[in-house]
Amino acid sequence: MAAKKVSSKPAPVFSVAEVRHIAKLANLTLTPSEETKFSSQFSETLKMINLMRELDTSEVTPTSQVTGLTNITREDVIDHSRLLSVSKVLGQAAKTYQNYIVVPAVFAL
Amino acid sequence: MPKALHQLTLEEALAGLKNRDFTSHDLVSACLDQIKKYDSGIHAFLEVNDQALKEAESPRPGPLSGIPVAVKDNFLTPGLTTTASSNILKGYLPHYESTVTARLKAAGAIVIGKTNMDAWAHGSSTETSDFGATLNPWNTAHLPGGSSGGSAAAVAADMCIFAIGSETAGSIRQPAAWCGVTGFKPTYGRVSRYGVIAMASSTDSPGPLAKTAADAALVLQIIAGLDPYDATSSPRPVPDFFNNLKIKIKNLRIGLPWEYLEVMQPDTRRLVEKAADEFIRMGHQVESISLIHPKYSIGVYTVVQRSEVSSNLARYDGLRFGSPRSGFGEEAKRRIMLGTYTLSSGYYDQYYNQAQKVRTLIVDDFTRAFEKYDLIINPASPGPALKVNATLNEPMFGEMQDILVEPSSIAGLPGFSVPCGFIDGLPVSFGLIGPQFSEALVLSAARNYQQATQWHHAKPRL
Repeated sequence: MAAKKVSSKPAPVFSVAEVRHIAKLANLTLTPSEETKFSSQFSETLKMINLMRELDTSEVTPTSQVTGLTNITREDVIDHSRLLSVSKVLGQAAKTYQNYIVVPAVFAL
Repeated sequence: MPKALHQLTLEEALAGLKNRDFTSHDLVSACLDQIKKYDSGIHAFLEVNDQALKEAESPRPGPLSGIPVAVKDNFLTPGLTTTASSNILKGYLPHYESTVTARLKAAGAIVIGKTNMDAWAHGSSTETSDFGATLNPWNTAHLPGGSSGGSAAAVAADMCIFAIGSETAGSIRQPAAWCGVTGFKPTYGRVSRYGVIAMASSTDSPGPLAKTAADAALVLQIIAGLDPYDATSSPRPVPDFFNNLKIKIKNLRIGLPWEYLEVMQPDTRRLVEKAADEFIRMGHQVESISLIHPKYSIGVYTVVQRSEVSSNLARYDGLRFGSPRSGFGEEAKRRIMLGTYTLSSGYYDQYYNQAQKVRTLIVDDFTRAFEKYDLIINPASPGPALKVNATLNEPMFGEMQDILVEPSSIAGLPGFSVPCGFIDGLPVSFGLIGPQFSEALVLSAARNYQQATQWHHAKPRL
C-alpha cells in the first residue's frame, strides 16, 4: 500500500552552468547546444523523479540490493587459466610504451 | 503446411535433430537464409557469425547441440565484435567470454550472430543504437521495443531458434511484447552477469527471448545457476524447469493490480483482461488487488539506474580499449550526467538515498502481495509498438514505456511477457510475475496459457 503522502518540494531548475559543472565531473565534453538542451531536459526529468519524494520514507531503511546475499568471498588465489597475455591486454590500447598503457597526466607538473 | 526449419520452436528443432530429420547444418543454413533475405529491411543483426555453418558441421554434443542462437551485442563473445551498439566499442573484440554464452556453447548451441540494441542498453526502442534502429517485423513503420529489440525481432522473424537478451527494467519483456514473442526475465541473480556489458548492476538480468514458454524453460535450464565470477549470482539449486512444466498446476491465486491497468491503453487493457479471464477458465482465481502506483517506480528506477550507469560507464576512457569519451551518444551522456548529479555531494540523500528507500517500500509491497497471491498479472507495456522516431526529443521515453515493469525489476522478481492478441496487426502481450526464484511456477503458468491459446504461433508476413 502507498505510504502516507508528504508535501513535495519543487524540483530544482537546472542551469547551463550546472550542466557544465556535472559534465566536468563526469569527464564529458558537451557542445553548447547540448548544454542548453540538457539543462531543460534535466529540469523535466527531475520533476518526474520528484514524484517519489511524495512518499514518506522517514522510517524506511534503504535497499541497495535484493539478493539477500552477504559477505560473498572467494579464495585469494590466481587462476592461471584465466590470465590474459600482455599482448592481448595492450593490443587494443590507444597508446603504449614498453608494456605500459600511456595515460594523460592527472597532476600537471 | 509443415513448418520450414527456421520456423521451428526449440523443442521441435531438438526433436528433429535427435530424429535425424535434418542436420544442424540444415537448421543453421535455414536461419542464415532468413537473415540474408529479410534482415536488410529489419536490421536485427549487427554481425552475423561467418563461422556458423562451419561450426554446424560438427556441433558440440549437449542439450542444445546444433541449435542456432542470436545473442544481444552486450554479451562478450571472443571472435565476434561486441559493441553494445555503441560507437565507443565499435570493432571491439573481447578477450573473454560471458558466462551465458560460454554455457550456451558448452551445451552445443551455435551463436549465429550478435543483435542490435539501444546503445549501452539505454532505451526501450532500439532506436538509440549508434548503428541505426531495428524495425518491427510485424510492421516496419514501427519500433521493435528495446533494449533487446534486435533479439526480439530476430525471434519474431525466425532468423534464429531462440535469442538471448538482458533486462534492467523491461529490456526483455517489452521488446518481446512489441514483437509478439515469449520473453522471460529471471530473478535477479538467477543468471550470471559476468561478461555482460553493465547497465545497472543491481537489476541487470540476462534471459531468453523464445518462441514458447517451454523453449524459455529449456534455455533457462542452461544459463541459470551459481557463477563464481559473479558474486551476486545465487547459490540456490536450479530446478528442472522443463520437467516441471509437466506438473499440472491448478487453483492458483492471481492478483490483478488496478493501478497497473489504469496506466494502460484501453484496447491493450481489454486484451490483458481477456488473458486474465483465460486463467479463470483454466481453473485459477484472479482477483483485483492494489499495489503501490507504478508512477512512483519511475523516480526510483531512473535514479538507481542513472547512478549505476554513471559509475559503470566511467571505465570507458578510451585508454585501454575503445574510443575516447567524446564518442558517447546523446542518450549515454544524458544518463551518465544525471547519475553523476544524483550521486553528487549534497544531492545524494535527496535522490539516491530516497530512491533506495522507496525501493524498500516497493519490495515490501510485493512481499505482502505474495503472502496472499501466487502470481501477479503484470503486462510489460501500456500499448503495442510505437512508430519509428517515437523516441525523438523524449528524454524519458524508456522510463515511461517501462512504467509497468520497473516495480518488479527494482524488486528483482522473475516475470514473462506472452502474446495475447493483436491491435491493428501489432502484437499485444500480457505478463505474470512471481516471488523471487519462482521461475518454475511462472514458466508453468505461461506454458498453461500457451496450451490454451494460439497467439504465440502467429507469424509476421515479412
